[in-house]
Amino acid sequence: MSSEALSSTDYIKHHLQNWTFGKHPDGTWGFAHSAAEAKEMGFMAIHVDTMFWSISLGLLFLWLFRRAAKKADAGVPSGVVNFAEWIVEFIDSSVRGSFTAKNSLVAPLSLTIFVWIFLMNLMDLVPVDWLPQLAALIGSNLFGMDPHHVYFKVVPSTDPNATFGMAFAVFFLVLYYSIRIKGIGGFTGELTLQPFQAKNPLIQALFIPINFVLEFVSLISKPISLSLRLFGNMYAGEMIFILIALMFSAGIGMGIFGGLLQLGWAIFHILIITLQAFIFMTLTIVYLDMAHHEH
Amino acid sequence: MNINLTLIGQTITFIVFVWFCMKFVWPPIMNALEERKKKIADGLAAAERGEHEMELARKRATEELHEAKQQAQEIINLAHKRAGEIVDEAKEQARTESERILAAANAEIEQEANRAREQLRKEVASLAVAGASKLIRKEIDEKANEALLKDLVAQL
Repeated sequence: MSSEALSSTDYIKHHLQNWTFGKHPDGTWGFAHSAAEAKEMGFMAIHVDTMFWSISLGLLFLWLFRRAAKKADAGVPSGVVNFAEWIVEFIDSSVRGSFTAKNSLVAPLSLTIFVWIFLMNLMDLVPVDWLPQLAALIGSNLFGMDPHHVYFKVVPSTDPNATFGMAFAVFFLVLYYSIRIKGIGGFTGELTLQPFQAKNPLIQALFIPINFVLEFVSLISKPISLSLRLFGNMYAGEMIFILIALMFSAGIGMGIFGGLLQLGWAIFHILIITLQAFIFMTLTIVYLDMAHHEH
Repeated sequence: MNINLTLIGQTITFIVFVWFCMKFVWPPIMNALEERKKKIADGLAAAERGEHEMELARKRATEELHEAKQQAQEIINLAHKRAGEIVDEAKEQARTESERILAAANAEIEQEANRAREQLRKEVASLAVAGASKLIRKEIDEKANEALLKDLVAQL
C-alpha cells in the first residue's frame, strides 16, 4: 500500500510519526520534516494532527449534543435527540451507580470523556492509509511537500499527549476535590496515616514515611494507569492495523488474507474502542468519588 | 511518541470541552428528561383518574338506567290503570245509556200497549154494544144502558 521506495520498517515508522510543528534547534519555528527533526524539537512542539483530529471530533460531539440539547423537550424525542438522550441516560445511570456525592461536574465530565474518547478511538477503524495518503496527496500537490515527509496520524488516542492530557486534567480534579472536601490536613492525613496505623506515637511517626510512599505511588498511579491503558490499547490496535496493511503489498493471496484479517480485527476493535472509552469514564467517576469521601 | 506542548494543548481542549458540555449540553438534556418523566407521571396519574371517573360514570349510568326503567314501569302502570278506568267509565256509560234506552223503549211499549188497549177497549165496547144492540135491539135503550156499558168497558 505504501510507496515502493519505503521498506516495511519505514512504512511503520512513517505511520507512527505525528505531524509536528515546533521550534527547530536553531530557534526558528516550522514543521518537522522527519522523525529526527521532530525529536530534536523536544517539548517546544505540537502535534498538529492530534490537535486537529481531537478538536474536530470534540466539536463534532459538542455540535451533535448541543443540537440535541436545543431540540430536547418533554415531547416525543426523535432522531438525534433520542440518540443523545440514550447516551446521556446511560452516562447518568453510570454516574449514579458509582458516584455517591453530589457534584454537577461529574456527569458532564463523564459524558465528554466517554463520547470524545469513543470518537477518537473510532478513527482507528478508518483504514490506516486513507487519511495519511490523502494528506500526502494534498501536501505534495498543493504545498509542494515531499509526500514521504507528510506525516499524518489520525487516531488522537494513540498519541500519549492526548491521553495524558485528559488523565492529568482528571488528576487535577481529583486533587482539587480531595483538598476542597477533606481540607489540606485531611488529604495529607489520608496520604500519611494509612494503611499502617499504630497507637504508639513513635511507631506512628515511623509509619508516616512508609505510608506516604505507598499512598503517593497509588495516587500517582491513577493518572498514569488511566492514560497508559487507553494509549496502550489504542496504540497496539493501530499497530496491528498497520501490520495488516503491510500484507496488502505482498501479493493478491496475502492481500485477500489481510483484508479478512482487517475485517475481523476491526469488528473486534469496535468492542475495544467502546470498552476503553467506558473504562476511562468509569475510572474517572470512581477516582472522583474517592476524592469526595474519606476512606 | 514525543511528549510535548500537545499535552498542554490537549488538557486545555479537554477542559474547554468539559466546560461547554457542563454549561450547554448536559443541563438542557437532563431538564428535558426530567420534564418528560414528570409529564409521563402526570399522564399516568391522569389516566388513572380518568379510569376512576369512568368507573363512577358507569355506576351513575347504571343507576340512572335503573331509575328510568322504574319510572317507565310506573308510567306503564298508571296508563294501565287509566285504561281500566276509561273502560269502566265507558262500560258504566254504556250501561246507563242502555238502561235509559231500555226504559224509554219500555215506556213507549207501555204507552203503545195502553193506547192499543184503549182502542181495543173502545172497539170491543162498541162491538159489544153493536152486538148487544143487534141482539136486544128493542129492549135495551142505548142511553139508559150507557152507564152499564161504561162500567163494562172499564172492566175489560
